[in-house]
Amino acid sequence: MTETTHTAPAKVPRATAPPPGTAHRSSPPRGSALRRVTPWLFLAVPLALLVTFTYVPVGNMIYYSFTDWDGVSPDRNFTGLDNYEQIFTRPELFRVFFVSFYYLAASAVQIVIALYFATVLSFNLRFRNLFKGILFFPYLINGVAIGFVFLYFFQDGGTLDSVLSWFGADSDHAWLGDPVSANTSLAGVSVWRFTGLNFVLFLGAIQSIPAELYEAAQLDGATRWQQFRHIIAPSIRPVVSLSVILAISGSLAVFEIPYIMTGGATGTTTFVIQTVKLAFQFNKTGLASAAAVVLLLIILLITWIQRRLVPDEKVDLV
Amino acid sequence: MGKKKTLTGALLAAAIMTVAGCSGQGAASGETAKAPADPADASGTIKVLTHRTDLVQNGTMDKYAAEFNKTYPEVKVRFEALTDYEGEVKIRMNTEDYGDVLMIPAAVAKNDYPKFFAPLGSTAELGDRYRFSDKAEVGGKVYGVSTFGTANGFLYNKAVWKKAGITDWPATPEEFVDDLKTIKSKTDSVPYYTNFKDGWPLTAWSNNIGSVTCDAKANDKLAGPVSPWKRGSELHTIDSLLHDIVEGGLSEKDPNTTNWEASKDMIARGKVATMQLGSWAITQMRAAAEKAGTDPDDIGFMPFPARKDGKYCAVLASDYQQAVNIHSDHKTAARAWVDWFTEKSGFPAKEGAVPALRSAPMPDTLEDFVDNDVNFLERSEAETGAVNAIDNAAEIGLNKPDYRQKLVDTARGAQQGSLSDFFADLDKRWNEAAGTVAP
Repeated sequence: MTETTHTAPAKVPRATAPPPGTAHRSSPPRGSALRRVTPWLFLAVPLALLVTFTYVPVGNMIYYSFTDWDGVSPDRNFTGLDNYEQIFTRPELFRVFFVSFYYLAASAVQIVIALYFATVLSFNLRFRNLFKGILFFPYLINGVAIGFVFLYFFQDGGTLDSVLSWFGADSDHAWLGDPVSANTSLAGVSVWRFTGLNFVLFLGAIQSIPAELYEAAQLDGATRWQQFRHIIAPSIRPVVSLSVILAISGSLAVFEIPYIMTGGATGTTTFVIQTVKLAFQFNKTGLASAAAVVLLLIILLITWIQRRLVPDEKVDLV
Repeated sequence: MGKKKTLTGALLAAAIMTVAGCSGQGAASGETAKAPADPADASGTIKVLTHRTDLVQNGTMDKYAAEFNKTYPEVKVRFEALTDYEGEVKIRMNTEDYGDVLMIPAAVAKNDYPKFFAPLGSTAELGDRYRFSDKAEVGGKVYGVSTFGTANGFLYNKAVWKKAGITDWPATPEEFVDDLKTIKSKTDSVPYYTNFKDGWPLTAWSNNIGSVTCDAKANDKLAGPVSPWKRGSELHTIDSLLHDIVEGGLSEKDPNTTNWEASKDMIARGKVATMQLGSWAITQMRAAAEKAGTDPDDIGFMPFPARKDGKYCAVLASDYQQAVNIHSDHKTAARAWVDWFTEKSGFPAKEGAVPALRSAPMPDTLEDFVDNDVNFLERSEAETGAVNAIDNAAEIGLNKPDYRQKLVDTARGAQQGSLSDFFADLDKRWNEAAGTVAP
């Protein structure tokens, strides 16, 4: 450490050999200016990327939301709050949020399943790593592929129907045929896809619990359920609350799976699909931008409320 | 603190510059893209944007380019095929880089054509020569030439219809539905396939506007608060027919899992009896029949079941139109390509579609129509701009699948509500939107 501080100035001749008398005034600012700039130089590339690909587009989107731009025309007129007024005065634009409840319910199921498997697989089991792999695998597949796979799965006489018929249940049900069944099926696909992610988050949190705690608990004669209730559950609370936030914002912004599988037909339109359609089918880029801004604000609001209700406490088990 | 401020300032300046850069458009001149007087005058490399990924991949387009080079040796033609043509080109229209020749995307409003495309000539010059030229006409100038046009109607498997004992084309929508019922009871085929999942085959129903009452201007008449779905109107007849087919259980069981590619094989094998499509699909279905080992001649095409004075009518609508980029550096070469492709390439005949060139004959796919004296009408596009503006403002989408998907869902009970309420709601939205859009 000391060596570097001594040798570093030596490499900058001007700083080490200042004219006598001025040494104390001129050299420290030069050195400290460079020192102050250095972190920014390191940050320049990531910041430039961040600004170019995140803040400028978001800024543009907010700007478009105050115009009547159609997405193509070189002309656009400033229309003030008109787009926002439309969003809040047209109930049909908000009705699509009901579809999110299917996904919200599915997220609850998903968290429970993930928590169950994470707990079970955190104990010593045979083929533990194989099961971990199987559970996490769906999350690695890309959403478009999943959409297509499940389209065949739900088809009339497709995989689901043939599997059911092996068990003698010859259902003649059109799985994507009516809104309730279609939304439930799609939410099911989403559970299948994202359980792995929650599972890994929970598993990581559970495995960071010191092993002595379990030993002590076992010595005290605690059952597995009691271990879960009093050791595991409290220690993974922050991760669970993170999962809940992700689940809520995820359910409000579902897009990929319903868009690929049904294109929003039969009452499966979500808010994001509706926004995309406004922008790219009806050329209402201004209105769609406003809708996107509103969605962003809603998610921020929900996150804020959630953080107020369930503040992040420091977990201290020991 | 001061550092922070300068940095924020710099970021802000960068952001503003980017915004300005995005909205800035190069100065565009209204100079006409003239055809070269001598083929040797046209030179340079031109890029053609196309939605026909299939033809670019299998080398068909390159063969056209090679043929083109025999006349215009100095021009090098390159193709850029885009799978999501509409989506990608729409975004590129904000720059100057959208090829030298491109298909006019549906997203561009008609009145904006002069801002994006070089004029190709006056209506007087081109109107007599080409069909559908009024679709791309703004202020007396034509901005695009159609690649080809199609007649709309019902593609059907003749063998299946014959097996059900039907040989004559139905003359009314009621007869059509009755025929489908006969097919359902007498054969194992699904009488009608909606192609609901892929969506766009549902949009083709709108191309029947005009065929019902034999009126080439039917589409133009929608420009205004005219309640397009009122009883007896074109759209009322067209959409009621679709509704009745689905309500009668004459279409496939689970529309959400339909598959366009698979449907070609299904109609070729006679598993499906009928589909509503443009005449361009005939060649594809016949190819599918050959592949499936069935008789390609079994694929037939019938007009919309409505007659006027004892004659069927088929409205011809234009497919994509080729235009020349106003920012192109090789407008002459680009124009040479457009002219050659429209007149000399033989592309429409090969696709079995109606050629844009008036003097060229009808394709053999429409033989049945010609033999049965079907009245061909060229759809008037005089008010298309206004109709599209109302359509978008109302968020209905005559050429988008959504409202017809909802119609199908209503018909099969997956969506609540009655047909008359559904039409009333559409009328209300249309009329309200017509009030907000400047004529």
